[in-house]
Amino acid sequence: MSALRFDDVTIRLGRRDILSAASFEIRDGEFIGMLGANGAGKTTLMRAALGLIPVAAGAISVLDEPVARGNPAIGYMPQNRGAMAGLRLTGWDVVASAAIGRRFGFVRLDKTKRREIDWALDQVGARDLASRSIGELSGGELQKVLLSEALLGRPRLLLLDEPLISLDPAHQKSIVETARRICDDLKVAIVFSAHELNPLVNAIDRVLYLGSGAAVIGPVDEVVTGPVLSRLYGSDIEVVHIKDRYFVMAGDVDVEREAHRHDHQHGSSHDHDDAHV
Amino acid sequence: MFEYDFMRTAFAASGIAAILAGTVGFFLVLRGQTFAGHALSHAGFTGATGAVLFGFSPLAGLVGFTTLVGVGMGLFGEKLAQRDVAIGMMLSLALGLGLLFLHFYTAAATQAAALLFGNVLGVDEQALLTLVLLAVLSLTALAFIGRPLVFASLQPELADARGVPLRFVSAAFLAIVAVAVAECAQIVGVLLVFTLMVGPAAAAMNLTRRLAAAVALSAGLALAEAWGGLTLAYYTDWPTSFWITALSGMVFFGAAAARRFAG
Repeated sequence: MSALRFDDVTIRLGRRDILSAASFEIRDGEFIGMLGANGAGKTTLMRAALGLIPVAAGAISVLDEPVARGNPAIGYMPQNRGAMAGLRLTGWDVVASAAIGRRFGFVRLDKTKRREIDWALDQVGARDLASRSIGELSGGELQKVLLSEALLGRPRLLLLDEPLISLDPAHQKSIVETARRICDDLKVAIVFSAHELNPLVNAIDRVLYLGSGAAVIGPVDEVVTGPVLSRLYGSDIEVVHIKDRYFVMAGDVDVEREAHRHDHQHGSSHDHDDAHV
Repeated sequence: MFEYDFMRTAFAASGIAAILAGTVGFFLVLRGQTFAGHALSHAGFTGATGAVLFGFSPLAGLVGFTTLVGVGMGLFGEKLAQRDVAIGMMLSLALGLGLLFLHFYTAAATQAAALLFGNVLGVDEQALLTLVLLAVLSLTALAFIGRPLVFASLQPELADARGVPLRFVSAAFLAIVAVAVAECAQIVGVLLVFTLMVGPAAAAMNLTRRLAAAVALSAGLALAEAWGGLTLAYYTDWPTSFWITALSGMVFFGAAAARRFAG
């Protein structure tokens, strides 16, 4: 059984093909790191799997079913965290709003729902954080609380969009470890997008690399190589591999680092903006 | 003061409008759409003056036109409803139109003052009944869309992915806001709607971290401010709307200070 499968998928935003005839398959329970330059389509790919963006050609299947918007089998963590800054509500109330937010009518927060929320918070170790105001949490703490929302309803596939963005190395490590543990304990497949491979490299099972409309999936050793990345970036790329760290170089510039630095300057990702064109 | 019929009616009318405004206002503040609410009240001025000019009741014009504009704003999507320039332009356009209607309708001065600054003592039994019905309807509708509304307000992108119909929620909510604005305008006038819709809600958010408590507190504060203002107006013979704005301002700044000192 596959968690997520793309068969010759073409996705067009405006007049640009973000993906053209891309195919790959993510197996059940697999932890996939998704990489690619800004604008390569990482966010777009997730939104397509969620049924928020139509495909121009090909087919996407989620857990062997066709794509459906609002599919409860997918847990999603968007890159845009919402307007949390300065918000006084507790993290628990924010998670609760997501837990029962789909239902119209006079919905009560009953005991089962409350237990479900506490369970999700426990999975990411954020039960204590959730009693504080969401607006007062640090970036890493906030990310954990929001990660718990993706677990509500016990999905089989998690799509996590740039959970590491603007976190310091210690918090990055903690988020990656949490994701790995969730993958093992709950037997869910995870697609974890990131700008940099190195924080993920020891945790992921395989890597999915996007670029030039194509998608390549495989073990890190086989995908993160000069020839493959040169094709994806459309320019000469050299990969320097030291112990378990990878440096993706275009000439004498470290491509991933450069993208990351760029991102910090602007405060938001270009990849993400593209998704709304 | 309860021996007078008009005072009893005024207490009932302002109480109902305040509870509705406090409750709806909380979500307005949560969504960051307070300016949209303010603009809706100006549309109410156009609706009311237009209705009078064409021989309808001002309340009907007020409710009808604000609802129309509210739904329109909602359907244009989240983005427009939060866009300051578009809203500001609409607001002045609405006031300008209202002025034109007043120009054609002679004997306008008292009518205009009542619309702009409210006339709670002028509410009759018929109008009171309308206010009650509209408030019950709006609060029921608000409870019905409440959960998706909070979700969509806090995390629109996630709500969208989970299948919450954002545009419907937004339009339905602004229709409810429109009714609340119209009710409020009866009490404090279109220019001062902010005082009951935004003041108590913003204060409540400074006083508690819990969602349910904040909604209840917002409604309670609005009620206390409306009744307090009415009582003070009775004993001082100053305008009710002035007292309500004064109390609302005091509570808001007091709550902000309390939060700051509490850390």
